Amino acid sequence: MRNSFVARHPSVLAFLALLALFTLGVSVLSEGFGIGLISTSFVKTLGKTLCLCLIAVAMDLIWGYCGILSLGHFAFFGLGGYMIGMWLMYERTRLIVEGSLAQGALPPTEQEVVDAIGTQIFGVVGSSDFPLVWAFADSLILQLAMVVLAPGLLALVFGWLAFRSRVTGVYLSILTQAMTLALALYLFQNDSGLRGNNGLSGLQNLPGVEAPQAVISLWFFWASALALGLGYLLAAWIVSGKFGSVIRGIRDNEARVRFLGYSVETYKLAVFTLTACIAGIAGALYYPQAGIVNPAEIAPIASIYLAVWVAIGGRGRLYGAVIGAAFVSLVSSWFTGGQIPDLVLGPLTIKWVDWWTIVLGLSFVLVTLFAPSGIGGLFDLWQGRRPPDRHGADLGPDAGALREREATE
Amino acid sequence: MSTLLEVSGVSVSFDGFKAINNLSFRIGQAEMRAVIGPNGAGKTTFMDIVTGKTRPDEGRVLWGERSLSLLGLSEAQIARAGIGRKFQKPTVFEDQSVHENLLMALQGPRGPWSVLFYRPNAAHLARVGELAAEIGLGDHLPRKAGELSHGQKQWLEIGMLLAQDPRLLLVDEPAAGMTPEEREHTTAILVEAAKTRAVVVVEHDMEFVRRLNCKVTVLHEGAVLAEGSLDHVTADKRVIDVYLGR
Repeated sequence: MRNSFVARHPSVLAFLALLALFTLGVSVLSEGFGIGLISTSFVKTLGKTLCLCLIAVAMDLIWGYCGILSLGHFAFFGLGGYMIGMWLMYERTRLIVEGSLAQGALPPTEQEVVDAIGTQIFGVVGSSDFPLVWAFADSLILQLAMVVLAPGLLALVFGWLAFRSRVTGVYLSILTQAMTLALALYLFQNDSGLRGNNGLSGLQNLPGVEAPQAVISLWFFWASALALGLGYLLAAWIVSGKFGSVIRGIRDNEARVRFLGYSVETYKLAVFTLTACIAGIAGALYYPQAGIVNPAEIAPIASIYLAVWVAIGGRGRLYGAVIGAAFVSLVSSWFTGGQIPDLVLGPLTIKWVDWWTIVLGLSFVLVTLFAPSGIGGLFDLWQGRRPPDRHGADLGPDAGALREREATE
Repeated sequence: MSTLLEVSGVSVSFDGFKAINNLSFRIGQAEMRAVIGPNGAGKTTFMDIVTGKTRPDEGRVLWGERSLSLLGLSEAQIARAGIGRKFQKPTVFEDQSVHENLLMALQGPRGPWSVLFYRPNAAHLARVGELAAEIGLGDHLPRKAGELSHGQKQWLEIGMLLAQDPRLLLVDEPAAGMTPEEREHTTAILVEAAKTRAVVVVEHDMEFVRRLNCKVTVLHEGAVLAEGSLDHVTADKRVIDVYLGR
């Protein structure tokens, strides 16, 4: 079954092979295990890019295939990051606190340890008690489960409410954006229980692991590559069968799908929730590499960027989403890194750090207008596949057919 | 003959305009019926009510042997209960192949979970091939539906309707834009289908209705004006006034 699936979809195999090659190449050139040509910070950038590619695959599934322009998927991404961040922070603080309390004359009680951890973590927001959301923070297994469950549950409840009342199109986009904004604003509050605008920090340190960052960064890089590979395979499998047929039908004409007997709302909810879970996993791998997660990460603009990546890469094809996310986010970090010299045009000096958003916006508009299939569309040109030119009115009845009027005469 | 669908005393109004006014209609298990009427007579709204797209303000819509009310069901549930609909403008999934279109319509479990793990078996593929041959698209299975001509799209939609294997077919102007030969074939398919199931055809074209050779219901201003054989209704003075006389 698997063999025939890959055989029928050679692009999946090509993608996985390229991903494996890339992972191997980076490992060989890295500081941690290889010859040190690639710095640890760049390995982290590449690892983070792989996570962004994974959420782009999720975005393509929900937008490119199911036709729901969600502008809130970074909320799920951020939630995934928060969930893993809670364990990382708790566990690391516990080790430090226990170490320092062990210096005392009497061995500390369990309550003393917990109180000290609370003071360490929540001191910045003027508190020392553990809020309810941290109930599972001491267990890696439970917190890993939360990486999938928290975004999944939020998506399930939100999606159920939104799809059930048949909110579609731009109204749904606005609603998803409101959701991510509301979540960000809530997390910005100090009493939200997740350290307000400080967010969770120090996530790049794995508690109890002595390995240097050069090695840890590679572990996360591999994990991100694996997650992307598996996520891609899952997405490709989902869209290849009848399920893919139905969700593409929903994208193109959801009323027609309803009259075929498919419960459109249930399908939308399933895809929305699944992609939220994928986004959560991507976030849980991203933020330990970034080192910090804070509410600014789930601001609406992040989800809009996600839509831009997928549009530029080419929606409705999974590799397009990956190309878009990788290309745009890498170019973006290059432009905003301040490495490029300013461009002087007479009285006008173009500072790329500021002008990059304008370049990005312009290319988004140009791609939408002139190349709707995005960068991924280049593969069609290469393979000589062209969409039929559909300008002008519908062809209507062909020449041999009578028109209604003639027929009744 | 026992009743399959019974619509009684149904009314619906849009912004004060009564699109359907105390309409009653019934059709048996295996029966062909043509519904005719001038524009705005409520033909499409009638179909919308039966398929669950529009909720009537009053009246009853009962289905099947157990007289199940369709009013509380969603469009998808009604479709699964066995009502198939063909739209006036051919609506097929243009981005997908003829094969995928037919496979999606094919009778089978509709839940996301079973659809996710669905892989077509030999019987299903054979049925798709058979349907494609019946609608003259046997050689076009791998083509995208968007590339088909208008008439072929009409055919594909009829094929999808048959693939659903419904107990009641609601067909809106099936012969629009077809050549005389294609019309004849369409007639044959519908007549054949009506041997085992109920078929309601909404049509403007009197010649086509005559060929269907069935009972005719004339709608006017959202209510039934006359019912009977084509000759009977065309002889009706009121029918001539509102429809045929124009």
